[in-house]
Amino acid sequence: MNILLFLIMFPFVVAFVLLGLPTRQYAIRKFIIIGSAIVLSGVSIYLASQYFSGGPRYFSFDSTGVDMAILFAEMVFAGIIAGLSVKHKQYFTALLMLTGAGLMLGYEIGLGGTVHAEEILIVDNLSLIMALIIGVIGCLIALFSMNYMKTYHERHPEVKDRTGFFFFIIFAFLGAMYGVVFANSLVWLFGFWEITTLCSFLLIGYSQQDEANRNAFRALKMNLLGGIGFATAIILLAYNDQVTQLNQLSGLSTLLPIALLAFAGLTKSAQMPFSSWLLGAMVAPTPVSALLHSSAMVKAGVYLIIRLSPIFAFDTGAAAVGIMVALVGAVTFVITSFLAISQTDAKRVLAYSTIANLGLIVVCAGVGSYQLFWAAIMLVIFHAVAKSLLFLSVGSVEHNLGQRSIEHMDGLISYMPKVAVGMVIGILGMFLAPFGMLISKWAALEGLVNSNVALTIFVAFGGAATLFFWSKWLGKIIMVKSVPADFKAHISRSEGFSLGSLAVLTVLVCLSFPLISRYFLEPLIETIYNQTYLLGAGNTAILLLMMGLMLVLPLTLLRSGKRSYRDQYLAGANTGSEQFHGSLGTNHSLTMRSFYLKNVFGEDKLFNLSVVICIILILIMIGVGL
Amino acid sequence: MKESLWILFAVLYVVLAPFIGGLIAGVDRKITARMQGRYGPPLLQPFYDVFKLLQKENMAVNKHQQFYVLSFLVFVVVAGAIFFAGGDLLLSIFALTLASVFLVVAAYSTFSPYAYVGAERELLQIMAYEPMVILTIVGMYMVTKSFNVVDIAAYDGIMFLKLPAIFLGFVFILTIKLRKSPFDISMSHHAHQEIVRGLTTEFSGKELAYIEISHWYENVMLLGLVFLFFASNPILALLVVAATYFLEIFIDNANSRLKWQNVLFSSWVIAFVLGAGNIAILAMLI
Amino acid sequence: MSYLPKSPWLVHYDASSCNGCDIELLACLTPLYDVERFGVLNIGNPKHADIFVVTGSVNEQNRSVIENIYKQMAEPSVVVAVGACASSGGIFRECYNVQGGVDHVIPVDVYVPGCAARPEAIIDGVVQALDVLEQKHKDRKKGAVGRV
Repeated sequence: MNILLFLIMFPFVVAFVLLGLPTRQYAIRKFIIIGSAIVLSGVSIYLASQYFSGGPRYFSFDSTGVDMAILFAEMVFAGIIAGLSVKHKQYFTALLMLTGAGLMLGYEIGLGGTVHAEEILIVDNLSLIMALIIGVIGCLIALFSMNYMKTYHERHPEVKDRTGFFFFIIFAFLGAMYGVVFANSLVWLFGFWEITTLCSFLLIGYSQQDEANRNAFRALKMNLLGGIGFATAIILLAYNDQVTQLNQLSGLSTLLPIALLAFAGLTKSAQMPFSSWLLGAMVAPTPVSALLHSSAMVKAGVYLIIRLSPIFAFDTGAAAVGIMVALVGAVTFVITSFLAISQTDAKRVLAYSTIANLGLIVVCAGVGSYQLFWAAIMLVIFHAVAKSLLFLSVGSVEHNLGQRSIEHMDGLISYMPKVAVGMVIGILGMFLAPFGMLISKWAALEGLVNSNVALTIFVAFGGAATLFFWSKWLGKIIMVKSVPADFKAHISRSEGFSLGSLAVLTVLVCLSFPLISRYFLEPLIETIYNQTYLLGAGNTAILLLMMGLMLVLPLTLLRSGKRSYRDQYLAGANTGSEQFHGSLGTNHSLTMRSFYLKNVFGEDKLFNLSVVICIILILIMIGVGL
Repeated sequence: MKESLWILFAVLYVVLAPFIGGLIAGVDRKITARMQGRYGPPLLQPFYDVFKLLQKENMAVNKHQQFYVLSFLVFVVVAGAIFFAGGDLLLSIFALTLASVFLVVAAYSTFSPYAYVGAERELLQIMAYEPMVILTIVGMYMVTKSFNVVDIAAYDGIMFLKLPAIFLGFVFILTIKLRKSPFDISMSHHAHQEIVRGLTTEFSGKELAYIEISHWYENVMLLGLVFLFFASNPILALLVVAATYFLEIFIDNANSRLKWQNVLFSSWVIAFVLGAGNIAILAMLI
Repeated sequence: MSYLPKSPWLVHYDASSCNGCDIELLACLTPLYDVERFGVLNIGNPKHADIFVVTGSVNEQNRSVIENIYKQMAEPSVVVAVGACASSGGIFRECYNVQGGVDHVIPVDVYVPGCAARPEAIIDGVVQALDVLEQKHKDRKKGAVGRV
């Protein structure tokens, strides 16, 4: 239990130390960040090795004092944020913030004396997996940020250098995430949940430019709305059923709290109609995007829905809520996959694909059969590693090419071979057999066929779009081009280390998926469902064989066969390498542009439509709850 | 006993599929010629072509492309082997998709405008047919309660009767997969088009031969999928396979190419109406 | 034995022809002549082709194009100049911008006479080119240098 408390508290301590440090103390800050990153990831791994076998474990202690502290901190935060909101003329946000805080205050005053969570903390394999993701990936992102932020401030002189504050938020955020995944008491869970909301608000608004502020407030607004749902659920649970713990949510007298919790999860995981906050969050420095989108914040949302998933599976009443949740996920998956096709900005493509993948996780969790439970958690794992790798790579590319449009990534394999290989690994990991995401998508398809065939149609169409936008990006990256002599890529050691580790991690996670399944998922699913999902031994062997092939085949690149090289065919108009005759004796360089199909898949065509559909679905979901 | 039989099938596929596929291509060219009032090339012409390509100079634009082409060939064979070994149909299709992506990526890597346009269009085609393929497999699962080709083939009764619309939809997208007009927008087996040879523009000699052989492997596997719809009655199934292929040749010769919009929308509408429709009716019946 | 003569694929380039020879060349593909009987395909891409068929004379505009296409063909390959213009410049020989036949730019293996060259003559030229192709293949195997 002490380890859990350590993991929650330690990042906060580090955060405050970093906040206190003067901005220019680079060496000391670096030392602290590296040290605490090693400690956090090490302790997370140690924790996992201690607890991965055996069922869930709960820890109870007298938390009255801490509860009060959390409440107090919440009130202080609420005050600050409400003040900030008023300062920026965001009165609605202030209202939301105060409503949420008011609800919690009312809860503590009205019901706090009568009901109390006994088992405050939980450790089971799901929270261990989440802790590993936060510990390992979160820390790699923190390491990456050190030099990234330095370059960021060199590139953006208009932004005030608040690096110390930046790392304060990053570490506070990590602490809050540990809190979310270990909390069993709903009050604790909600407290940390709100802290992640606030951290993301501050990180998105880091540059304090107008656009950043606007997007930060949008993110805050939407997440606070989810928070109000969460708070209402806590009050209803305590009032109707005297339930205060995450593990007691089955067999409730009304379904509304479940629907509200699911609603909170949907806002946090940026499902339609709340997707715009995650897209707006792209104005933040890239490591923030990596942290918010891949490993942490949005995963908190799906984490909660995955926690609810057994209830959707077993409780026939809740199943109706679950189906609506799954439908929201399904619509989100399809539409955002379509929208990703039309995007030229690499970070927006990543953002849309993140929302799409979260949608798929929500589909799995919403239906909640044991196969889909397996698929959902696998998706969380694979998505976290591959997507953070991609985000960080895009960050490096942006700093070297000065652009983050996909159109400018032509020939990245020639310009920045190492980063490009990393990106290729990340992209392959996102959509192709035999890698991670596809294994989970496969399991998801199998699971859905058995439980809800209609949803497979969504997966079929969304999957096709996924394939399209990833492949065309992949094609851009692997083009072989001649590099101008004066181009020199610069990647600092810490960035290189983070990228390299994440690339290796992505490959390792893919290769070791049978082990992850065997030692982490199967015991977990066994305890919940009394049966477990097994990928057939034959299929596993084939998948591993294919992965082996994928690793071996690139070796043929080393073979220097007898080959002669000629330029591309340009209808005979070549005037040298990648050059051709234009009209009137002009000479042109070869450039190519991708399909974005904006007339079909543009944001103006699809976004509002899906927002409307999903709002209706969510209203039905809450209606079912009532 | 039964299992070793399926392994034998897979081995036979790996060994024989190029010959069968090549022969089918030969017959295809012969019938096409006859439909156009020509005498046509010898039956073994596709083999002559491939052997010739293997004898030509090894020429490339860059070092990487051969690796991608080789991977394309390898994974097409893997996909087919999984299929004919009676393995998981979804896995087999995923492997086939992986292979297709390798081909597309090979074209991209050459940084050639014609190959590039071909690659983008090929991706559009993949996006167009993928939903229908997945829905076909879902439909087969609903009938047989298994994703394994072994069990699907062992279904007693003619699956077509349960999945008529899905069968039609599958034949529709088969036109794309076999690269037949009106859906041969990324590259055509017929000479001369506005994007030169599309996807394969920059490949010559050995690489082009690999691509051709992979297509043969792929076609055999696709026809195997058609066979599955009638697997309980092998003779009928073979007849249907032959008729389907003849129909595809006929469509090929009776149509000119369409724009990508038509390809994408028609296949998706077909997938939604025929594919999802059939699944919905099945779900209601069960 | 090589398979080259069994599957000759051509790339056709119209240098500055009056289109007479081009029409005749295309006539070879029609049902009447049907050169696909011999495995001949008009492939339209130098990288796939074995036989480079040029019609029309060479001028400043197309000189580099002919060179480029020739350079992009995989060995072994042959060049067939179809028609009087491609062979020698023909009636345009004296024009201010015309440099002469194709052999001013690249080595030509077979000359097909005629203005316009008849389909039978073109087919005959291609068939002769096949022997050259076979010979070049043998030379290549022996390690002789194919082309400069």
